[in-house]
Amino acid sequence: MSYRAERQQEALRLSLLGDWTIQQVGDIERSLKALTLDDVVIVHLDLSAIESLDLSGAWLIHDLRARLAVDRTVELASPEPPMLRLVAQTLRKEGSAQISVRRGSRSVVENLGRHASDRFSGWLDGLAFLGVTVLRFLGALKDPRVWRPISIARHVYDTGLTAIPIVALIAFLIAIIIAYMGAQQLQQFGADIFVVDLVTVGVLRELGVLLTAIIVAGRSGSAFAAEIGAMKLNQEIDALKATGVEPIEVLVLPRWIGLVIALPLLTVIADAVGVAGGALLCHWLLDMPFVQYFQRVDESIAAWTFWVGIIKAPVFAVLIAAAGTYRGMQVRGSSRELGRLTTVAVVQAIFMVILADALFAVLFMEIGI
Amino acid sequence: MSADPVIVVSDIVNRFGAQTVHDGLCMQVERGEIFGIVGGSGSGKSVLLNTILGLRRPQRGRVALSGVDITTLADSQLRELKMTYGVTFQAGALFSSLTVLQNVQLPMLEHLDLSDRALEELALLKVLLVGLPAEAAYKYPSQLSGGMIKRAALARALALDPKLLFLDEPTSGLDPISAAAFDELLVSLQRELGLTVVMITHDLDTIFRTCNRVGVIVDRKLISGTLEEIVDNPHPWIREYFHGARASRFGASRGA
Repeated sequence: MSYRAERQQEALRLSLLGDWTIQQVGDIERSLKALTLDDVVIVHLDLSAIESLDLSGAWLIHDLRARLAVDRTVELASPEPPMLRLVAQTLRKEGSAQISVRRGSRSVVENLGRHASDRFSGWLDGLAFLGVTVLRFLGALKDPRVWRPISIARHVYDTGLTAIPIVALIAFLIAIIIAYMGAQQLQQFGADIFVVDLVTVGVLRELGVLLTAIIVAGRSGSAFAAEIGAMKLNQEIDALKATGVEPIEVLVLPRWIGLVIALPLLTVIADAVGVAGGALLCHWLLDMPFVQYFQRVDESIAAWTFWVGIIKAPVFAVLIAAAGTYRGMQVRGSSRELGRLTTVAVVQAIFMVILADALFAVLFMEIGI
Repeated sequence: MSADPVIVVSDIVNRFGAQTVHDGLCMQVERGEIFGIVGGSGSGKSVLLNTILGLRRPQRGRVALSGVDITTLADSQLRELKMTYGVTFQAGALFSSLTVLQNVQLPMLEHLDLSDRALEELALLKVLLVGLPAEAAYKYPSQLSGGMIKRAALARALALDPKLLFLDEPTSGLDPISAAAFDELLVSLQRELGLTVVMITHDLDTIFRTCNRVGVIVDRKLISGTLEEIVDNPHPWIREYFHGARASRFGASRGA
């Protein structure tokens, strides 16, 4: 037991016993709830039997004394330990009662307004970032010295070359899935040969570039945001600015240009692997000779089929790079922000890629290719 | 002061590959003193600290905290032990996604079973104790100045009411006025809470204002003694450290 209470009519003698240290604070708090104080007018608080006392224990005594003293007298029956005095002094300085800072609760209307204006200024910031980057790019066109070939090459390597295995694998699997599903349906009509059309047109026009863009958004969009965000947290961006080097020029532009180079190349690989995957499946499943498959490929594609897919790649690349670098630049303050904005970068990149793909589909239909 | 020392480091060897950082280093810290560790860059001050904290096992030798040899403890026992000391790191190492108050509450939440009210009030008490204003408790580390971060880190180190405190360069990066205020805070906390403090520092002002005894890492060993003994030590590096250009202003005052 951490205390002993003795009643003498209206007086209570409360002797605190044993260890009053941080390890016991939880238990003591719970045991104090059993203390009955009905009709007690005066409390004699005896601290002399405490064996060890630390700051947390002293706070508990301080708190107990304050609560007891609300509607009765409390007298210390033993000398006040210095630790207790320290607690009282520390809390007095601030007037502890008013300490808890209230986070003001806002009305629904105010929240709505704040949210809307935050969103709007977010859009403006994004637009400003885009504008500055394009301006820098145009400036770089005039002045070839600001092109950073080594940096661009590094990003082509990181976002392109190292992504080849996964992009190829996914393209292969997707082609197999389309061919298999198509074969199942078309076999019923004896229209096996159209499986080739389905795979070729599907992969070249849409799926090759779209899946590649989504994989790259996940791999590189997040990497861009995390790299730049960590540099931001580490004050490296400030250091660049202070050295008179424009971060947009050395960090953002090479990533954009690198990805604009890498994504179309990856798309070509995805297209090739996809068509090859279709050939393998047709060979196994439909016993179609490779020669016949590739003849049919040749017949099924129009002059534009390949280019309709590939022309989208640089646009997707810019969207992914923009989302990654912009969100990276927005990081400030804490490591949680870094994680949040990296997530936002990837989600937005994928969303914008799919949205742009839909717009392209409408556009190509309108111009009839 | 009780007779048995709080920390006994005996004859430890720390090696990284072919490089030997400590070779038969010994150190002893008595209860209730402020012990300063000094040494050149790369002399292994932080390695020594990590060894004493049990974050690194030395290749040889033993480290005893309050008589318990920590080099042979199992991980679960080491966890228990880590509740008995507080540490601040050089750059503060506050958790950036938590407020100052939450930073202080984290060790309490992990190791203790407290009511919400006690958790809130005790954490706030620690924040106030290190001389931060109450508003600072609800701020994030990125919103604090360098001096406030050092104080907040101290508040977190004190969260579990340790008797033993380790500080890694507590005043580095502070202006002389903030550093002096921190020294003063440290001395008064040490006295009022009966702490034993081990501190790595490069700040001569801090050493002269706070430390009872000093240990200097030279030649992979520790030479320790009272401030006077160390200042008069004939070792060339120690002479350079305490009598060099940056230290000369202390020479005169010491003689007086």
